[in-house]
Amino acid sequence: MEPKKIQAPLSDDDVMALKAGDTVLINGVIYTARDAAHKKLVELMDKGEDLPIDLQGQFIFYVGPTPAKPGQAIGSAGPTTSGRMDAYTPKMLEKGMKACIGKGLRSQVVKDALKEHKGVYLAATGGAGALLSKKIKKSEVVAYPELGPEAIHRLEVEDFPATVVNDAYGNDLYEEGAKQYAR
Amino acid sequence: MRELAASTITDQVAEMCEEANIYLGEDVFSALKDALETEESPTGKEVLKQLIENVEIARNEQIPICQDTGFAVFFVEWGQDVHLTGGSLEEAINAGVKRGYDEGYLRKSIVKDPLFDRKNTGDNTPAVIYTDMVPGDKVKISFAPKGGGSENMSAVKMLKPSDGEEGFVDFVVNQVKTAGPNPCPPIVVGVGIGGTFDKVAVLSKKALFRPVGESNPDPRFAELEKKIKDKINDLGVGPQGFGGRTFALAVHIEDYPSHIASMAAAVNLNCHACRHLEREL
Ligand code: SF4
Repeated sequence: MEPKKIQAPLSDDDVMALKAGDTVLINGVIYTARDAAHKKLVELMDKGEDLPIDLQGQFIFYVGPTPAKPGQAIGSAGPTTSGRMDAYTPKMLEKGMKACIGKGLRSQVVKDALKEHKGVYLAATGGAGALLSKKIKKSEVVAYPELGPEAIHRLEVEDFPATVVNDAYGNDLYEEGAKQYAR
Repeated sequence: MRELAASTITDQVAEMCEEANIYLGEDVFSALKDALETEESPTGKEVLKQLIENVEIARNEQIPICQDTGFAVFFVEWGQDVHLTGGSLEEAINAGVKRGYDEGYLRKSIVKDPLFDRKNTGDNTPAVIYTDMVPGDKVKISFAPKGGGSENMSAVKMLKPSDGEEGFVDFVVNQVKTAGPNPCPPIVVGVGIGGTFDKVAVLSKKALFRPVGESNPDPRFAELEKKIKDKINDLGVGPQGFGGRTFALAVHIEDYPSHIASMAAAVNLNCHACRHLEREL
């Protein structure tokens, strides 16, 4: 199956067109955040304050890259384990986030929130940090520089490969894929 | 008595940190290529292709294979006829880690205290170091940068002798099943059996330093390695957990004699970025 090209940010219709198992190539601007940045964002939400980035329609990529060498846009940049973000994800979706990219299992609460708010969870290939770094053309820090590699970065990506794991219909590639090949 | 300068250890360790993070060993690389031949799932094949391309890009452009450049873990076999001069072994290794991670643009992933403010030490030290005294006048240093994602899915269990082979196999397979897609499959499964609570965990770590493709020298354990690997792959979890035939590239069991009342077992998971490097000085 040919990968689908998709353009960030996403509308509700874009999200509803994605199904678990689809492979996609992401183009446009996406943002990074790991545990520490999520914690700060959710604290602001709880206080009812403005966020440093507008999450409407956006992709959040869970990544903490290696330092870029001179001349590189970014260092090795593969996904980190998504489960650590489970506690924050429903609130991120409430604030308009449409897609998150990581690796590994999500909680039922996150899967339900994806359905409720029309969002998708995608996995990028874990450990393919060198390959994925080549799909990132530009990187700049837009919030929380004090967090170092955990700061929120704005990334310009070209044909960034990912696979839809949890879609907005409640399907789960991790469950279905293993079922299909188990013996 | 042979003399060895601490600065030589530091130089070697610094080089090893960079090399191991950028060049995946031929053992794991060829296991990935073999898996591409046998994988049935199209998505699984696509993942394996990406992983092979990733290894090549890392090598050609000197980029770390994975952004998690790990906890620096060392096994040192120290020949008892070697005298270390100009510093302690621990300091020499940590100085090498600091230099290697800095000059190699590797990620610093170690926080000073695990519970309170979790402040990054800034140089990826301290390393985790195991030292064995051995006969002779050589020093062998083995290094592995150990990623957190797979480490987090590891476990120790004090099984009962009556649990037998079946209980042992079930423990390993269930642990791997629970880990699912989190440790970035295809994985390498390090298993320890025997010894004490602490010893068995070290055995399972040591198992990850064995080249992929080599079996336990005891044919009974070699047989069991194959059996467990087949059981794991039959779960269908496949590359990255998207479904497929290749969940594990290898299962390595390291064994040790056991107390009459115990049967300690440990599973230490590693991802396809199963980086390890040995040097003899
Ligand atoms: S589990 Fe391995 S491949 Fe995956 S992110 Fe961690 S170190 Fe990298």
